[in-house]
Amino acid sequence: MGGYILKRLISAVPVLFGITIIVFLIMSLIPGDPATAILGSYATPENVEKLNRELGLDKPMVQRYFIWLGNMLTGDFGRSFSLNRPVIDEVLERFNATMILSGTSFLLCSILGILAGVISAARQYGFADKAITFVVLIGISVPSFFLGMMMILLFAVHLRWLPVSGMYAIYGGGDISDLIRHLIMPALALAAVATGVVARLSRSAMLEVLRQDFVRTARANGVPERRVIMGHALRVAMVSILPVLGIQAGFVLSGAVYIEIVFQWPGVGRMLVDAILARDLLVVQGGVVFVAACYVLFNIAVDVAQSLLDPRIKT
Amino acid sequence: MSAFLTLLFRNRLAALGAVVIAAILILVLNIPLLPLHDPDVTATADRFMRPFAEGHLLGTDHLGRDLLSRLLHGTRLSLAVGIAAALIAAAIGSAIGIFAGYFGGRTDNIVMRGVDMLMAFPYILLALAIVAALGPGLMNALIAVAAVNVPFFARNIRGITVGLAGREFVDAARLAGMGHIRIVLTELLPNVLPVIVIAMSTTVGWMILETAGLSFLGLGSQPPQADLGSMLGEARSAMISHPHTSIVPGLMIFLIVMSINLLGDGVRDALDPRLRSGALSRPRATTLVKRHGDVPPATDELLAIQDLHTEFHVGKRNLRAVDGVSLAVRPGECLGVIGESGSGKSVTALSVMGLVASPPGVITGGAARFQGEDLIGAPYESLRQKRGNRVAYIFQDPLSTLHPLYRVGQQLAEAIRSHNNLSNTEARVRAIQLLNDVRIPNAKSRVDDYPHEMSGGMRQRVGIAMALANEPDVIIADEPTTALDVTVQAQILSLLDDLRRERGLAIIFITHDFGVVAQLCDRVAVMYAGQIVEEGPTQAVLDAPAHPYTKRLIACVPELGGGRRELAAIPGLPPVLDDLPPGCAFAPRCSKAAKRCRQGEIPLHGPAFHAVRCLFPERAL
Amino acid sequence: MPALKVEHLAKTYPQKRPLFGAAPPGVRAVRPMSFQVETGETLGVVGESGCGKSTLARMLVGLLEPTEGTIEVEGKALGTADPSEFGKLIQYVFQDPQSSLNPRKTIRQVMEAPLKRLHGMAKPARKRRIAEIFASVNLREEFLDRYPHEFSGGQAQRIGIARALAASPRIIILDEPVSALDVSVQAQVLNLLADLKTRFGLTYLFITHDLAVVEAVSERIVVLYFGAVVEIGRADRIFASPRHPYTGLLAESAPVVGRSLKAPEQKGIELPDPLNPPSGCAFAGRCPRATDLCRTREPELKQMGEDQLAACHYPLEN
Ligand SMILES: Nc1ncnc2c1ncn2[C@@H]1O[C@H](COP(=O)(O)OP(=O)(O)O)[C@@H](O)[C@H]1O
Ligand code: SF4
Ligand code: SF4
Ligand SMILES: [Mg+2]
Repeated sequence: MGGYILKRLISAVPVLFGITIIVFLIMSLIPGDPATAILGSYATPENVEKLNRELGLDKPMVQRYFIWLGNMLTGDFGRSFSLNRPVIDEVLERFNATMILSGTSFLLCSILGILAGVISAARQYGFADKAITFVVLIGISVPSFFLGMMMILLFAVHLRWLPVSGMYAIYGGGDISDLIRHLIMPALALAAVATGVVARLSRSAMLEVLRQDFVRTARANGVPERRVIMGHALRVAMVSILPVLGIQAGFVLSGAVYIEIVFQWPGVGRMLVDAILARDLLVVQGGVVFVAACYVLFNIAVDVAQSLLDPRIKT
Repeated sequence: MSAFLTLLFRNRLAALGAVVIAAILILVLNIPLLPLHDPDVTATADRFMRPFAEGHLLGTDHLGRDLLSRLLHGTRLSLAVGIAAALIAAAIGSAIGIFAGYFGGRTDNIVMRGVDMLMAFPYILLALAIVAALGPGLMNALIAVAAVNVPFFARNIRGITVGLAGREFVDAARLAGMGHIRIVLTELLPNVLPVIVIAMSTTVGWMILETAGLSFLGLGSQPPQADLGSMLGEARSAMISHPHTSIVPGLMIFLIVMSINLLGDGVRDALDPRLRSGALSRPRATTLVKRHGDVPPATDELLAIQDLHTEFHVGKRNLRAVDGVSLAVRPGECLGVIGESGSGKSVTALSVMGLVASPPGVITGGAARFQGEDLIGAPYESLRQKRGNRVAYIFQDPLSTLHPLYRVGQQLAEAIRSHNNLSNTEARVRAIQLLNDVRIPNAKSRVDDYPHEMSGGMRQRVGIAMALANEPDVIIADEPTTALDVTVQAQILSLLDDLRRERGLAIIFITHDFGVVAQLCDRVAVMYAGQIVEEGPTQAVLDAPAHPYTKRLIACVPELGGGRRELAAIPGLPPVLDDLPPGCAFAPRCSKAAKRCRQGEIPLHGPAFHAVRCLFPERAL
Repeated sequence: MPALKVEHLAKTYPQKRPLFGAAPPGVRAVRPMSFQVETGETLGVVGESGCGKSTLARMLVGLLEPTEGTIEVEGKALGTADPSEFGKLIQYVFQDPQSSLNPRKTIRQVMEAPLKRLHGMAKPARKRRIAEIFASVNLREEFLDRYPHEFSGGQAQRIGIARALAASPRIIILDEPVSALDVSVQAQVLNLLADLKTRFGLTYLFITHDLAVVEAVSERIVVLYFGAVVEIGRADRIFASPRHPYTGLLAESAPVVGRSLKAPEQKGIELPDPLNPPSGCAFAGRCPRATDLCRTREPELKQMGEDQLAACHYPLEN
């Protein structure tokens, strides 16, 4: 197992390189003079010159890439002009908030989604199945930002059960219960779509598996039905559900951008959008590379879980 | 095509989605004809008018612009951009996928590595990076959304293509002299197209959402032009004071995406061949029983199948797979059931313990009695307690019938523990004992193997061990050696024979091989079109068959040692089960068929030990 | 001149290189083998699953490139794998008749491809030819405008045979052509094949795992084990008086009416592992006659009596 993890980690290296190359290439699409484009309205002649030196913008592209990569590897993601602080500091601080939000949502969507899917499949065409299918359909069709706004209107403005936005109360907040109160609505709004997707997939994976011959064998052996479904069938269905959970993690991370804007959550997504609107491209570059790298690591964890689940995968 | 549409609109939800989306499309396509305000003219005095206000059906926004007009214009824009993005992504992605999948090898490797890299980004990061580089704007948002969806199509279509490219008809096309381009265009593309359509119909809604999302963030359409996303984005600051400005565009997005999703699901269900033949449905824990008529009275045989009727209700078709079958076994006896595929052997066997997949299977009559107790329609728990415990099964393909993710020892232990209160260690000891009984060498270490680590013959031994786990009285073996090589088959058959002699097991052995029946079974029943056409002692039936079908079937089978020769053949095909001719089902293929054969039910008759269902049997019984 | 002559034909599938270290030796699916098929003959090839039957067949029609060896048809050597070069001389009939027909093409489209691509026939000529072929395989012309799913297995296999005939080949490779069919239909197809052979002067290579079938249709039979030829002999004699112990085992294992059940091999025998092939005779692990010589030196195919060859150090006596 240790060997397999190592192997996957090593094979992630080219992917990480690829990510930096893709980001670098996209950034080189910027029309016009890059330094001015990057600095935008903050451009002073000194700054332009400094940036040109930092990025070696006068040098050929390949060389520029390696300078940029080298800097990043030493933890130097450059300095944000709009925020006037090192990009890496800002990214790390914001990433923490994003992780709390999307981590919670990811757990919610995995647990609720699989549960709903299994119930739905086991009771195919029954009332529970129809109800779940209906809720799921709404879940995957409503834009998360709209859902978030409607939740604020209902639960925060009208019912006054929960705070409107932010991560902590401005006065007297800061403890864990305060965080949870602030977290409930954004986490649910963010989880809605992913839960729907996971539930649909789990349902069809379970239906697919329940038709297979080994389920009939288990039944022919007199294995109780509950165990047939929760043991035999779900375990095999998980083989196709797990990779989708990996993909959904990416979708949750993506959806977090909207939710962070709607709920004023101080995460990476909001930082990125602000940075794009302010044309603070170093922040965009650094943020994208950092989050993508974390996502690659997460997917390795998913692969490892998959290999634990399925002995047919060569480790 | 028309079949597709009928299928699509039979799904009422899909039809609803289609109607809603069509209505929206008609509305936005006719915008120039509608009496609408200019969507971009501001009138600060009229700001935030509520819906149903004079002259503004849906009210006005923060700049006093007419919401209805903006909504329709925005909808048109959102739909156009979303659909364009989907088309672009599908075209580019599918081309990449087909290319990589068909050529395989290094090409495939390099292309798919690139795709994997793009998929290593949470998609929005890629979209944001693209918008950041190109600058905010609707066109750039479109490019970004299309670009992030290309890998999805590429990967999906590649998978399908790889499967198709390995199919034999592609080989056949190459042997017919077709070149690569022609094969891709005429052999692969027509088969991939439905998948592309499915992928598109299930992602178009998603892409509309995504472009709306980028506009919501202010990165898509720029003022004063508005799509649904930017309308929502602009309305957000006034959300609490004037919620209608947010709710109107939000509901519209929801309505569009939901109807597209419904329609997309319908398209998928109608195009997917697996879903087409009766929706994916899960078999219930026991077969559905809807018996008509009287239940035959109990007998004192160990296992007796009495006048069993099992049908499959597929759509409007009603397949009578088992049509009045009666069989019985005594302890220590081996009864062979022989017939061509589709003659109802497996369904007969599975009906006994309620294991016929249901839906679509329904047991419509008769009984299956174990020691006199009727199993059909018995409550689930009482049936479960007998499954594997009193009556056990061995199935055909041991790879698919064993659980792929549990060790064989665990599976054996579970079979034991489903009926006995044993601890894990006790069950394991018993499992090893069982593996020894079926002569698996080195059982102590093999007990921890997964099924895929064993050879076919070993796996079937595990299947037999599992059937023996609870020392049942009856074993029903459904073609247990058909998937095996002859040398392995010989080993398995002799193992089964030994076990039956040592333990006094009753075996119902299903096969299509006369040689196997001759070697293993005491009595044999021949099935044709869901009925038993002849039953008797193996020797008698094989040496001097009484039914014309039995006789001609035996003549068809080449036998080792017979030398090079012309084989006898039976003309025609087995009948379709939902359209059986009246009278004898074999009549259309029988050379002796007379008018009487085609009228009315022909009973199974003859002395108790050898019966035949024929008016003009080959010999007197 | 033999219709088909194969010399030292072999295929090794390379294995994936691990992340560290050298690539492991490939899987030798077909070990160098030589045989020939006379014009008008049916050569049967038998062996159990995984013994290399299909790999051999695919090399013979050019769908797979051999690692070494040559293929000669009527004295003319065929170049490396190029199905369109092979197509006019050798055709292939597949095991699964349904999956060898494109589900989205009509039978007419399927039939036209070889006529158009291999023989460049014009439309009226194609039409005539298709009618001829269909008549010879007892199919009605109205089937031409239907799609594959509308046919039963037996009919689909006739269509597969008709397609192979359309290329006007000299040799047809039949890869388990009746294994997917029911016995009553199987006989129809076997008889049709025999009929076509005499009518068109064809040469067959008939691959199957069914001993009785292969004996009924072939003149000579090749027995494969673990990718190598272990015995070649006349069909009417090889199973009655086998020289190689494996052939003997096969013949004894086949279930035959009137022969009592006995397991020729009692224990669960482990088959040789293709990833880790034994040195010497591949059958040694199962062979009651095996000695140290067998386990160290691979036996060569040797003449044993009139027209029978076997690869065994201690052949069975008859
Ligand atoms: N799940 C199913 N749905 C619809 N029809 C089925 C199903 N299973 C079996 N059948 C039909 O029942 C008939 C008998 O099948 P089966 O008992 O499996 O035949 P055998 O075992 O003799 O080959 C066949 O015509 C088959 O098509
Ligand atoms: S009943 Fe008539 S048609 Fe049927 S098998 Fe007997 S003779 Fe033939
Ligand atoms: S060479 Fe030796 S091991 Fe191989 S078959 Fe002959 S006797 Fe048996
Ligand atoms: Mg069957």
